[in-house]
Amino acid sequence: MKLDLLTGLYVFMLAAFIGFEVIRRVSPLLHTPLMSLTNALDAIAVVGAIILVGEHKSNLAVILGTIAIVAATSNVVGGFIITDRMLRMFKSSGPKKL
Amino acid sequence: MTNFIGTDTLIEITYLTATVLFVLSLKWLSSPATARRGVFAGELGMLLAVVGTLFHHGIVDYKWIAIALVLGTIIGVPLGNVQMTAVPQRTALSHAFGALCVTLVGTSEFYLRAPDIPPFMMAVLAMEVILGSLTFTGSLMAAGKLQEILPQRPITYKGQNFVNLGLLSAAVIVAGVLVVHPEQMRLFPVLIIIPLVFGVMLIIPIGGADMPTVISLLNSYAGLSAAAMGFVLSSKLLIIAGALDGSSGFILSVIMSKAMNRSFTNVLFGGFGQIQTSAAAAQEARPVKSATPEEAAGILASASKVVIVPGYGMAVAQAQHKVRELYDSLTKRGVDVTFGIHPVAGRMPGHMNVLLAEADIPYDKLLEMDLINGDLPQTDVALVIGANDVTNPAARTDAGSPIYGMPILDVDKARTVMVIKRSMAAGFAGIDNPLYYLDRTLMLFGDAKNFVGNIVRELSGSDGHR
Repeated sequence: MKLDLLTGLYVFMLAAFIGFEVIRRVSPLLHTPLMSLTNALDAIAVVGAIILVGEHKSNLAVILGTIAIVAATSNVVGGFIITDRMLRMFKSSGPKKL
Repeated sequence: MTNFIGTDTLIEITYLTATVLFVLSLKWLSSPATARRGVFAGELGMLLAVVGTLFHHGIVDYKWIAIALVLGTIIGVPLGNVQMTAVPQRTALSHAFGALCVTLVGTSEFYLRAPDIPPFMMAVLAMEVILGSLTFTGSLMAAGKLQEILPQRPITYKGQNFVNLGLLSAAVIVAGVLVVHPEQMRLFPVLIIIPLVFGVMLIIPIGGADMPTVISLLNSYAGLSAAAMGFVLSSKLLIIAGALDGSSGFILSVIMSKAMNRSFTNVLFGGFGQIQTSAAAAQEARPVKSATPEEAAGILASASKVVIVPGYGMAVAQAQHKVRELYDSLTKRGVDVTFGIHPVAGRMPGHMNVLLAEADIPYDKLLEMDLINGDLPQTDVALVIGANDVTNPAARTDAGSPIYGMPILDVDKARTVMVIKRSMAAGFAGIDNPLYYLDRTLMLFGDAKNFVGNIVRELSGSDGHR
């Protein structure tokens, strides 16, 4: 499924606009979790690395791809864990509701 | 082939669902009440996309994929469980990992496809690899500085900007040659090595106070490089995730730069630290008023409105839990206690909020600069803990000051100002702070954690007073 340049640019531009509008609304309280969450989401690059390693087109690709999967997976796992840990700490002083 | 069309469509559907979940994830992050749902949406999207990918028809060998996924998880779990004070360096490190992944995939793709690479593809590939490599070393350097493995003071030398711009132009020229002549394969390693060096050179002159901006900027680069990888691999999912990450980093960089009244170029090519150090050296010693924990406790106990302004010094001294005790003790006495958080307080965006939330301080007591500045003139005591430049009134009044024009927390408008500080030695940025010499200012000399602890002890010792 090849993606032509123009379609790709449309996708990129629209996603950047959505990102801009959505992220602008994130409270400054949560800027640190925002960064660790987007970092975890960005590690979706692991998908590209998985295909690269799985297709086994060259040894170089397998070696570099394997390292890439390790790096991205650690971002996914670590990023989600720490974001959730941080968010669990944010409590309101208002009446407790669970 | 017909039976594979079904699988491919299914995989595309998992990607589409993941995209929707990613956008929702960021949308839910907008408020603390829904934020954890956002993380869950992100996790679900990620799981769907990864599992979907495993069914990709081109995959013939699962061994290394499995090994790498397990190894990555083993590394990721401790990285997700670091102490909250280590979050800035952890974040920098994860930018480095993300960039490493992108660079390695880009490199493999080049050698798999060369020499038949169309010009546009080569251009994006070059962008992917350049941004990826410079983010990799740049983020490692930032993490090293934050972890204090590397010297934190900015290192500047003559002609620094010339060297940096030269390196960047060289990388762009090599990329240009490869776009026209992709068969010049031996040029490709140069395309990685130059940005690797550039990344190091870029961070060397950056001081600790500039870290929030730099981390945001590196975040943006990491996102853009991932989006470029999406173009190379024809993956819409990756383009979108990269664009989201890129715009997030970009927005944060803009907020951080505005909060310091500086431009990106000024942060990256400023040589800020040097100018300030020389300016501070020219200052002569002026008298200040100081107070003991006992006196400080007395003033705090008789106040009706107290604003606490934390800075990086609170994080270094690990004083946030003592600050929480102070908050409890004062609140119990009926004192209204809030916190004034400057956007660049600490070493990354939102750093202070996370530390105070860790200490169980309710988030509705953590107020942004604009809100708290309206309150400060009616405040009895502003207590500054380990913050310096973000409270410096010279930013408002002294056109000659290096931080002139930077929005600050107007603590000098409070009736009494108390500043906890180790000594009168110039702070990290090395700028003298006129706040310390005001008549209404009391300097509380000592370690933030001990001093706050002593105030709390004094307060609990005199419980019968009111």
